[in-house]
Amino acid sequence: MDWQGQKLAEQLMQILLLIAAVVAFVVGYTTASFRTMMLIYAGGVGVTTLITVPSWPFFNRHPLKWLDPSEAEKHPKPEVVVSSKKKSYKK
Amino acid sequence: MHSFGYRANALLTFALTILAFMCAIASFSDNFSNQTPSAQIQILNINWFQEEPHGNDEVSLTLNITADLQSLFTWNTKQVFAFVAAEYKTSKNSLNQVSLWDAIIPEKEHAKFWIQISNKYPFIDKGHNLRGKDFNLTLHWHVMPKTGKMLADKIVMSGYRLPDAYR
Repeated sequence: MDWQGQKLAEQLMQILLLIAAVVAFVVGYTTASFRTMMLIYAGGVGVTTLITVPSWPFFNRHPLKWLDPSEAEKHPKPEVVVSSKKKSYKK
Repeated sequence: MHSFGYRANALLTFALTILAFMCAIASFSDNFSNQTPSAQIQILNINWFQEEPHGNDEVSLTLNITADLQSLFTWNTKQVFAFVAAEYKTSKNSLNQVSLWDAIIPEKEHAKFWIQISNKYPFIDKGHNLRGKDFNLTLHWHVMPKTGKMLADKIVMSGYRLPDAYR
């Protein structure tokens, strides 16, 4: 998943679970059946899992542009300078 | 949200937290139910009334218990536990309670009942205080929920009296 996809997955998960909970409670309360509420909620959790947990392609619509290996040679990594830093830490 | 395991964990935790809130709201919704239970107890007969070998009074009664506890049942009720207790006062204790009968009512349909039995549990006093004693018969009930807070209440019926001499 890319960054946008991860944010979408998190938002979808929270909203779908809340909707499942509200629907489950309202249906359960009006039909006076605790069992119905639990079953609807369990179904909602299952559906949410199927939608948000596996990495579906629609979560990867803004893929990260990794640098091409041939480009990397043209821009070498900066070298780390160690010697000057050691002197400043001595008291 | 970068891996399968991370997302699955986040989803499960959030789902369980929401479930806890749903159960709390379901329990709270019980406060809005209108409860009008009623009951009547008659003592049909005093079967025997004697002094035990070790010196305590014991009496056996035949009770006729009529009750309508249907309005106590809500969508969040698992069962209602009802029991009848005899309550009286002695010189030693201001309140003595002896449980005479109990029942578990699992469904609303069984909550309106009429039953005639002798006391399920022995009515024994610690001492010799029962002769001529005035006592109350109280029907207590505990409404046990599927989730949340248990509710306990009672109806007190007074005016019963034991005979003055052993039989």
